[in-house]
Amino acid sequence: MNPTIVSFVYLVAGILFILGIKGLTKPKTAVRGNTLSALGMLIAVVVTLLDSSIVNFSYIIAGVLVGGIVGATMALRIQMTSMPQMVALLNGFGGGASLTIALAEYYSKLGQAPTSFADILTPIAISTSAFGQGAEGTIALISIGLTVLIGAVTLTGSFVAFAKLQELMKKSYGLPGGPIGNAIFLIAALAAVVSLVMNPGNTVAMVSIVGLALMLGLFLVMPIGGADMPVVIALLNSYSGIAAALAGFILGNTVLIVAGSLVGTSGLILTQIMCVAMNRSLANVLFGKMAAGGETVDADEIYAGKVTSAQPDEVALMLEMAERVVIVPGYGMAMAQAQHAVRELADAMEAKGTEVEYGIHPVAGRMPGHMNVLLAEAEVPYDKLVEMDRINPTFEDTDVVIIIGANDVTNPMARESEGSPIYGMPILNVDKAKNVVVIKRSLSPGFAGLPNPLFAMDHTLMVYGDGKKAVIEMTTALNQA
Amino acid sequence: MEILILLLALFVLSLFLGVELITKVPPTLHTPLMSGTNAVSGITLVGALLAAGSDSSPILVNVLGFIAVTLATINVVGGYLVTNRMLAMFKRK
Repeated sequence: MNPTIVSFVYLVAGILFILGIKGLTKPKTAVRGNTLSALGMLIAVVVTLLDSSIVNFSYIIAGVLVGGIVGATMALRIQMTSMPQMVALLNGFGGGASLTIALAEYYSKLGQAPTSFADILTPIAISTSAFGQGAEGTIALISIGLTVLIGAVTLTGSFVAFAKLQELMKKSYGLPGGPIGNAIFLIAALAAVVSLVMNPGNTVAMVSIVGLALMLGLFLVMPIGGADMPVVIALLNSYSGIAAALAGFILGNTVLIVAGSLVGTSGLILTQIMCVAMNRSLANVLFGKMAAGGETVDADEIYAGKVTSAQPDEVALMLEMAERVVIVPGYGMAMAQAQHAVRELADAMEAKGTEVEYGIHPVAGRMPGHMNVLLAEAEVPYDKLVEMDRINPTFEDTDVVIIIGANDVTNPMARESEGSPIYGMPILNVDKAKNVVVIKRSLSPGFAGLPNPLFAMDHTLMVYGDGKKAVIEMTTALNQA
Repeated sequence: MEILILLLALFVLSLFLGVELITKVPPTLHTPLMSGTNAVSGITLVGALLAAGSDSSPILVNVLGFIAVTLATINVVGGYLVTNRMLAMFKRK
């Protein structure tokens, strides 16, 4: 196939990816955008398959079959509550694909592969010019080294993120020395990249980059706790895009660069949004613990004798009188699979003329937009899902706020208590509402490990128990009233 | 070298374009955005196909290419399908 035509088709594919993301700026155009993006992928792949350098189709057919079956099975069977796990895996596969492409390119230029352990240790005589003329050879080697590094970190980091989300790994392990230990691994890996660029036949350097980067990925993510996963997933998403863009530099491929940099910026912007929503720096999420607050707050002191509990049918009476109700969901709603029950409760209230909206904190759930997808699955119209900045001014005119499975994002200490570790974090100002109902198993603290003074306020009622069961009982009582 | 400068220009302009586009995506669609960009990053399939199908002497290149094709295809097929599944839920009203 004529290289001019190939480049032109890649340009069209790039435009379709851009239009695809543009479609995602509105729910109405989003499906069309996704289809355009998929069309771009299809033409890019088809025109590549016509390339004359492809002579052996058996590996391609095998890979496409295996990948297609695995991908389709995952996509069609995954539950919406488990979307963070799926995205974590896809991030990892993206990093893995860039890693293996860079390795394939390296060994292809080398013209030979190690067949024994001794081969790995024996440097091969090859000059930089095998990778390109003059500076091009150097830059190709830098790109190969960095793609391998970022791809490998993304691969193992994402698998740890998956294990944490799936609750296969509950404890947090880290390197001794924390960020210093990680920095040593990173510097060692970068030194191996430099060594590879100086002497491209030094296969030990290549093997070292792979090994060090795979371990760095593990150690970076292992110490990070579950509620910080939205940041980690967004960051790894970004890495997978950067790795793809770097692979584009290795192959001199324009569409890889365009697509990879779009994905890279997307992940970075989401990372930034998540960090702002937690009032923490990226470094703090990655390496810090939640800052140990000045004075330790005694939970018993806050709660003693001040917490009022209620039964679901008492809440139903209150809901019957309410004109405006806001539902605040958190990860607990996903855990209890209560999204359908919540929507039925909202339906029952709306049938009685009550206005119902949902207040969504940016870090509610385990990934950006997690709550929105769960509620959309339960057929809640998207215009009822209101983001924090728009819902906050409305709480004063709200009769009842129902909090299900959320905790830290409603804690007024973030607004008032200056010594508190979460001070300054933007929260949903639910305490401004006339009544607050908290559905929760117990008074146990959230991820930040802090007591929530909201639970002890005079206008707050605690409904203890399983979220789904409590909501269903409220709906039943409301329908009978 | 001139080609490298052109590729670098393309990279930098794409980053700016990415910022302009992504900041306009509403929080409601952030999960589909992530799975959709997973699918887009499957564009590495293009590079993977060239490696897997090449007529190169070390067989290792084809094997690495096969792994890359498999992983990138999972991203493409899985990413687009699951994004479509989610977006269809947002569309109905």
